[in-house]
Amino acid sequence: MLENDLKFLEETFKQYYFDHFDFIHIPDRSLEREYGYKKFNSGMVRHISLKTDKDLRLMLMTNVPSDVFCSNAYYSFPNLPMAEKDWKEADLIFDIDAKDLNLSCRKDHTCVKCLSCGEVSLLHDTCPKCKSNKLDLLSLTCDNCISGVKKEVLNLVKILTADLRIDDKNIRISFSGNEGFHLYVTNSPYNQLGSKERGDLIDYIMFRRVMPERFGFKKENPSRHTFPELDEAGWRGRVAKELFGSKSKRSKAITKIISDGKLAYQQILEEIGKNSIGIKIDPNVTVDIHRIFRLEGSLNSKSGLAKLACDNIEKFNPYAEACLIGDEPVEISANSPIEFRLKNRRFGPYTNEKISVPKYAAAYMLCKGIANLV
Amino acid sequence: MISLGQDEIAKYPFLAEAGQYLNDKGFTLEQFATDPDLKIIVDKAYERIESAAEGKIYNPKADNSSDKDIILPLNVFSFLIAIVLLKLSGHNTLINRFSLAEARRAEKFLERDLVSDSNKTSEEFAIKIFRDIFSITIKKAGGYFVIPISDYLQHAVNFHELEWKLVNRHVENGMVFLSTHESARLIRKELGGYISSRIRAANTPSMSKGFEDKVHKLSELAKKFVVKTIVSTEYPPCIKHAIEVLNNGENLPHFGRFMLATFLLGRGQTIDEIAPLFKNAPDWNEKVTRYQIKQISGETGSNTKYSCPSCDKIESHDMCFATPDCDNIINPMQFGKKRL
Repeated sequence: MLENDLKFLEETFKQYYFDHFDFIHIPDRSLEREYGYKKFNSGMVRHISLKTDKDLRLMLMTNVPSDVFCSNAYYSFPNLPMAEKDWKEADLIFDIDAKDLNLSCRKDHTCVKCLSCGEVSLLHDTCPKCKSNKLDLLSLTCDNCISGVKKEVLNLVKILTADLRIDDKNIRISFSGNEGFHLYVTNSPYNQLGSKERGDLIDYIMFRRVMPERFGFKKENPSRHTFPELDEAGWRGRVAKELFGSKSKRSKAITKIISDGKLAYQQILEEIGKNSIGIKIDPNVTVDIHRIFRLEGSLNSKSGLAKLACDNIEKFNPYAEACLIGDEPVEISANSPIEFRLKNRRFGPYTNEKISVPKYAAAYMLCKGIANLV
Repeated sequence: MISLGQDEIAKYPFLAEAGQYLNDKGFTLEQFATDPDLKIIVDKAYERIESAAEGKIYNPKADNSSDKDIILPLNVFSFLIAIVLLKLSGHNTLINRFSLAEARRAEKFLERDLVSDSNKTSEEFAIKIFRDIFSITIKKAGGYFVIPISDYLQHAVNFHELEWKLVNRHVENGMVFLSTHESARLIRKELGGYISSRIRAANTPSMSKGFEDKVHKLSELAKKFVVKTIVSTEYPPCIKHAIEVLNNGENLPHFGRFMLATFLLGRGQTIDEIAPLFKNAPDWNEKVTRYQIKQISGETGSNTKYSCPSCDKIESHDMCFATPDCDNIINPMQFGKKRL
């Protein structure tokens, strides 16, 4: 990142933290958590322990981080090296990101930036300017992706409350600050689970590694009675709804499944797991019991938007509500082949042009790497 | 410690305090080594280890005498003397095999006790074993046993068969439904672990002349189980795939890089040999790569040496490309290992 751009973003982020102290709090049991941060153009600093909101604010004002993180795990000694922290437990965390939904709209709001020459262009396999294949994919705002992710989050909440019997009160949802949502489950018996056990839970939630026998197809002499009914609990019920649709179609559908054979049924189950009923969480996040996870209230350096808790996810409009940087005009040179929307205002497309935009849009484009300060 | 009646101690002899039990029955260890009348128990103890080593569950032929008061203590004595013999021989393979066989024997009793409607005490005792030793709250619900998902997962992860995965289980309202057989099976490995930990924690008595012959025979028996293996230099398909992705200049996800580095480190390659493999990666940075491999190798950082992830985990990350050559291994490090 160019020196000027870096300075601008640091000042902007600092201003945000100064103006919005009320949004940024240390979470419960702060003394048992590990904090970390990243600065623009530099690596991660972690193994930090913070006691109060004041300590957190001091860290933000002195270091002006690009990103701030806090562990989902609780330790006896959070500031010691990993092997000596003495892990106690960890909240169950989930990350659902639009990129993992891979919706058909994705190609319309994604552009590429060449890592060799810096050219930004519409989606290509190679850079149209220098032909390099080392490209970074940049996805810009998309309401369709956000509603897709919201649906996925609500489906996840259903599984957590109905199948895993997690109390609604212990689930917290927040917008990630880019194009996804994060979920925290606190105070549950699952806090004690290690990484391996969480791996099994992930396969459950994503509906992976399923056996056809469990879903009705017995090894020998398959019987119609063992196939799931629509009103059953858990995955059997969801599979029945997905495959049969309604009670009246069930019988016919089962006849076809039996005549196509077990292998075909297994493939169908895998397919619906991957493309429809399985929840598209990022398994790497949930399996990690030592992760430092973006702190609520902090800014995301991929976009300049804030990670914010949302009480009513259905009504939450992240591109307006989490866009909290000021709106004084800033002169930039922008190169965005596609348009995007922030605070209900449309920006772009821009072809290497000098423009004046509100500060939040300038920060967004600088974070995305599609603009420079003039 | 759970309080035990005579019935229970015969079924689950590993729950007894060995020294205390002998004392209570008025015996000393020395007597077993010297008293010709007790030699039969030493013979039985040896048989018990021998059948365990062969993978069988100890099941003594019914004696003519149907007197419970004689048979039950005999079963306990043979278990306790077996432990003495194992400790004196010091062979870990035999201790492991013995523990597993004893766990399977206890599992059969547990299974029976869990459904012994006629005998409420047995059922309660079995449920108590689950709770006190393995911290599993197990409850009867109709024809099933139900246990909380979090308890289930902590034990089920020891199994590699798909049927134990949570997704292939009847799950409802935070509970997993299991048959009696499955409930008992769920703790087999830990039961084995529990038995072997109790054996390892026991004091090794001094050698008595009367035990020498049996201990010598155990050493001979242990030799049968020394396995010689050869490892082929061929890489498993997941590793080949990861190398191919890197060679094509495509992006290999973080987990794939971790898997590749841990595998090659495990096969004895050096950081100098491994680092260049990553040079085609879109985000190649030699300094960062070397730093990360060093961290994984335990040379720097927390000094934790990371091992290659299991096939299970690799499959979860969609990076498994198993072929028949994989031959049901559970970790890529086992690929191409053959017994001689």
